[in-house]
Amino acid sequence: MNAPVPDLSVAGECVDSRFTVPGMRCAGCIGKVERGLSAVPGVAAARVNFSAKRVAVSHVPGLTDDDLIEELRKLGFEAERAADNPLGRDDAETRRLLRALAVAGFGMMNIMLLSVSVWAGADAVTREMFHWISALIAIPVIAYAGRPFFASALMALRYRRTNMDVPISIGVLLATGLSLYETVTGGVHAYFDGAVMLLFFLLAGRVLDAMMRSRARSGIASLLGRMGRGAHVVQPDGSTQYVEAERLAPGMVMLVAAGEALAADGEVLEGRTSIDSSMLTGESDPRAAGPGDTVHAGMVNLGNPVRIKVTAAAQDTALADIARLMDEAGQSRSRYVRIADKASRIYAPVVHSLAFLSFCGWMLAGAGVYHSLTIAVAVLIITCPCALGLAVPAAQVVAAGALMKRGLLIKDGSALERLAEVDEALFDKTGTLTIGEPRPADPGVLDAQACSVALALAQGSRHPLSRGLAQALRDAGTEPAALDDLAETAGMGMTARFEGQDVALVRPEVETAGLSVDLLIGGTRTRIAFTDPLRPDVREAIAALAAQGIHSGIVSGDRADTVAAIGAQLGIEATGGMIPSDKLDMLGARANAGHKVLMVGDGLNDGPALAGAHVSIAPGGASDVSQQAADAVFVGERFMPVALAVRVARATMGIVRQNFVMAAVYNMLAVPLAIFGFVTPLIAAIAMSASSLLVVGNSLRLARAAGREGTA
Amino acid sequence: MTILGFLIPLALLMGLAGLGAFFWAMKSGQFEDLDGAANRILIDEEDDGK
Repeated sequence: MNAPVPDLSVAGECVDSRFTVPGMRCAGCIGKVERGLSAVPGVAAARVNFSAKRVAVSHVPGLTDDDLIEELRKLGFEAERAADNPLGRDDAETRRLLRALAVAGFGMMNIMLLSVSVWAGADAVTREMFHWISALIAIPVIAYAGRPFFASALMALRYRRTNMDVPISIGVLLATGLSLYETVTGGVHAYFDGAVMLLFFLLAGRVLDAMMRSRARSGIASLLGRMGRGAHVVQPDGSTQYVEAERLAPGMVMLVAAGEALAADGEVLEGRTSIDSSMLTGESDPRAAGPGDTVHAGMVNLGNPVRIKVTAAAQDTALADIARLMDEAGQSRSRYVRIADKASRIYAPVVHSLAFLSFCGWMLAGAGVYHSLTIAVAVLIITCPCALGLAVPAAQVVAAGALMKRGLLIKDGSALERLAEVDEALFDKTGTLTIGEPRPADPGVLDAQACSVALALAQGSRHPLSRGLAQALRDAGTEPAALDDLAETAGMGMTARFEGQDVALVRPEVETAGLSVDLLIGGTRTRIAFTDPLRPDVREAIAALAAQGIHSGIVSGDRADTVAAIGAQLGIEATGGMIPSDKLDMLGARANAGHKVLMVGDGLNDGPALAGAHVSIAPGGASDVSQQAADAVFVGERFMPVALAVRVARATMGIVRQNFVMAAVYNMLAVPLAIFGFVTPLIAAIAMSASSLLVVGNSLRLARAAGREGTA
Repeated sequence: MTILGFLIPLALLMGLAGLGAFFWAMKSGQFEDLDGAANRILIDEEDDGK
């Protein structure tokens, strides 16, 4: 709780910066980051938000973001500037719902207190007073806590549609109005408790839904931000300054270091390097780029630092064309109707006509307007759509929680519903079926000592090859050797001294076909070649999908022969050489043939397909654009979460259907009672809570089911 | 029955106090970083020798 906050004497002139630090995993990391940053001269305070994997730093304006990122790197953490979270606006929505839930809970408890005394037989004057007090509590509470429902119902009615909120709003408002009338005329039955309880249960469902969304989204947001959102621009005086992607203009000269993504299209001015364009085209092999070559935004510089003159920025880049395709592709998704709304399209007319018919029936039987209206309201309250409002989100939240533990972040409940319907899956190749990072092709070329030297050298550098090498060696259980004089020469490699010998990890002196580095120990030179390997469990995951009746295929932008080789290896159909619109056309053709397609892809070139597919999943290493377009993101090197997602989604929909059946049975029993006038506020309250508990309890069973499947 | 005149307002006031406390907690960011709060108790504040 008490972060070390040093003297704030510079408080008046401090500015705040935020960074995402995905590497924070424990209490020690929090302490290290906060203490380490606070010790930096010019930093007033640093505060870690562990859930969001962010750190907020208050510092003097003289300290730039790059200085702070460098400080974090010295502490052993990779950091990125945190942009305004594009998915963050859900937070405000969650808070509003949570406040409404708190108010409804307060109202419900107090009104219930009074109602229990009334049911227990409070007599005339006391009962009237209690009804008045209930009314005084209920009306402001309903006005506040009911707003989310009223607003959404109004919106739906304005467009001449109905959704779940229409019957809810009508029920709550009628019940409140009638109870108010009862109170004023000194009647026996007031339904304030029922109305407020209904709001409380439904709000609980909404809050669960919103929390699931915001949790997954903040998880995804912490993965975002590795792509070129800006560039270091060379100033006339020779210094460099960081410029956001939107402010880049043609003519500027960007200095792009190894491992950085380009933020704009341009032409190489100076330096020779290899460029990874897999995000943009799906092509797996890096290509060489030298002065005069054209490069595009979204490509990653793998080799030496280069100077690039911007030729097109922001809206004119090749990237922006892809964004436009995505916008169009996303339209079809918005037409999907969620299961709760689908159910309410049948449910609302049935309930409303039932209530109306009972009103007419009792009128014909000569019961009088007031009595008939009481019965009609009882019907509306007893048929409260708790199963729809609470059971669906409860089941989905439990499923999403179980999936999150297995490394899959689902953005919302609708994604789970669509995942359950999938009967075909299309995968991108590079970065999706493969890990998307270079790894040593044959670790056997190094002996144990060479491994530990290589690891010690590689972990000092941010170069993609070094990172891949370090990761692979660490996975193999190698311990880094102790080195002296470790130094990095940009564009050359790492050098150090080990037991009196010169050691180095440098790029080969001759141009090689693939990616490779040379490890020098004393006089011996070992070449380490790199490839982009398949994820370890791709075969099992595809088999698991097939067992669920899902046919898999590969669509890739890479060369046809490379793709066909992978397809043959995995035994599935494979199409190569596709541009983004080809992928989209293919999805359209499958959809027209009646298939519901799951698209899994990572690159910018997959963006339109991810947005256009029935449902889509992106790996955690995917481009920002793809992660935002996809319905779910899986983290880690394993591919199994994709198959697991479909299985859990189907189990979830099974539970949801059970809940609907339970709700239908309950209504069949309760509605006749209400129609024949046996339902008092007491019975309504008991029936409502009992049915809610039943469906929520049933939904919670899913946690066990999902957990068991996960460990299988 | 006069005790009701005292107990009901009291119950309401206590409920309102709880509601107010929740609103305050939400506004002041108590729920911003739940995992962090759980981890922070493990940080030793005293070890300045590091």
